[in-house]
Amino acid sequence: MVLVYSDEKKLTLELLHKASDLGKELHKKVIAVLIGSEDAAKEYLEHGADVVIVVETGLHQFKAEEYSSILQSIMKEHKNEVVLIGSNKNGKELAGRLAAKLDAGCVMDCIKVYMHEGKLTTERVVYSGNAIAVEQFSSSPQIVTIPSKVFDPLPKNPDHKGEIIKKKIDAEQSSSKILKIQEMKSEGVNVEEATIIVSCGRGFKKKEDIKLVSELADVLKGRTVGCSRPIAADLKWLSEDHWIGLSGHKVKPKLYVACGISGQIQHIAGMRDSGVIVAINKDPEALIFKSADYGIVGDLYEVLPKLTTAIKEKIG
Amino acid sequence: MNIIVCAKQVVDVAEIKVDSSTKKPILVGVPKKISDMDKNACEEAIKIKEKLGGKITVVTVGAPDAKERIKELLAMGADEAVLVTPPEKADYHVIAHLLAGAIKKLGAYDIIICGEASIDMFSGQMGPRIAGLLNIPQITYAQQVTVEQNKVVSEKNLGEKSVTIESSYPVLLTMTKESNQPRLPSLMAILASSSKPIHEWSASDVSTGTLHPKVHTMDIKGIPMQRKNIIYQEDLDSSIGKLVDELAKVGVLR
Repeated sequence: MVLVYSDEKKLTLELLHKASDLGKELHKKVIAVLIGSEDAAKEYLEHGADVVIVVETGLHQFKAEEYSSILQSIMKEHKNEVVLIGSNKNGKELAGRLAAKLDAGCVMDCIKVYMHEGKLTTERVVYSGNAIAVEQFSSSPQIVTIPSKVFDPLPKNPDHKGEIIKKKIDAEQSSSKILKIQEMKSEGVNVEEATIIVSCGRGFKKKEDIKLVSELADVLKGRTVGCSRPIAADLKWLSEDHWIGLSGHKVKPKLYVACGISGQIQHIAGMRDSGVIVAINKDPEALIFKSADYGIVGDLYEVLPKLTTAIKEKIG
Repeated sequence: MNIIVCAKQVVDVAEIKVDSSTKKPILVGVPKKISDMDKNACEEAIKIKEKLGGKITVVTVGAPDAKERIKELLAMGADEAVLVTPPEKADYHVIAHLLAGAIKKLGAYDIIICGEASIDMFSGQMGPRIAGLLNIPQITYAQQVTVEQNKVVSEKNLGEKSVTIESSYPVLLTMTKESNQPRLPSLMAILASSSKPIHEWSASDVSTGTLHPKVHTMDIKGIPMQRKNIIYQEDLDSSIGKLVDELAKVGVLR
């Protein structure tokens, strides 16, 4: 069996594509797991699941201790060899704990998953975006986590039939308590979906100056502002939903404009898959130029207003 | 409080150069350091000790040269350290067993603190694995940690959400880079750290039977980055003109 779980529906649909490919190759059924709610069960069947297990439990909030024990109990019954888990923060801590409970191998954040010489093989970005590690499992079960947007969901197929099984599982109780869940301050930006992004970095002297970036983003009709780590994590001039990089968001817009960003590999790891990359930096030696298609060496306080005007004239 | 800090010696990823022909990273000769978030873990341990008292033990699995790096954590304020030499072939499964085994051998523990991930591999599974092996609660991506005699309260940062979690002891925390600012040790502290013990244990000291990896690294490939690298550095107006024309031509201005 190939088991799929994520607490995000969209990510689960993406994983189901890979799972059904692997399922066909290995002649195994694909099981998707839903915990707490059965809303998406039919949709999972239409997108490649052969079986959807809806776990009925008294649990309302995610705790890795409890969710890993649920998956463990499903795996014990269904003999799952391959487990695909959505690579968000909950998914990663779940996968790690589950791997320990099963004494299983686990590879996080895979960008490729395939069979090679009969063995499950994965590829993931390591060394801060400088290399790809090719790894192979030598025993079962095999746990793999996959970030969002690595795979597209299969097109909806209403004829793909399967089974929905409701199941009561008494999960192991964790002694920890969730006291509260708070929405973080966010500006409702979704950089991962943006087609054009203009980003700012340490080259900006004060928070108000970021308007130079949003003005350019507006004329580009992208309207999406991104930033590097210092702006979101240290200076907090922008909320974390703007943050692009290894620990922030990974983006692939058709146009990415990096303004006053030095080009640390951690940032490059978040935007290297962009279509066209433009860099503006006053330091001709800045690393960002190595990762850019086009660059302008100059003071962003001078370049940005002029560029905004020139683009406005060009596209009217 | 018995506080354990798990720390890893890594290559300094910011210093990695890429071989221009193979595009592979050149890992030989790259300076090594303690992974950034493991320093956050050590800092948090010191803060906890300052409030509640106790002892901080650093546990590392690594090559003998990690001893030099571990001294930095002792200088920051950890009391002693254990360095476990891994078998020749090791993966996360093997190393998690060695770390958990070493922690058990040390005896009673209240809090185990790890980095959220190491900066070289950025996997983020070691903390949850150790918590799973020891069967204790875990609070990952911890920030704003408040400890009391019988419990800890911490926020778990999920980016768009923050979950406040309370746990009794023992518990395992993984720290983010933003969680605190690791202190720089004074010269006195650096000198004093040389008398703090670093125990060297072998894999068989902390685990029974031979541990076999479940995952094998087949290759470390380079990432081809093909960019045009057209840099305009002449007069600003003509640079901007050329750039805008070029962007229109490649079709991203629609």
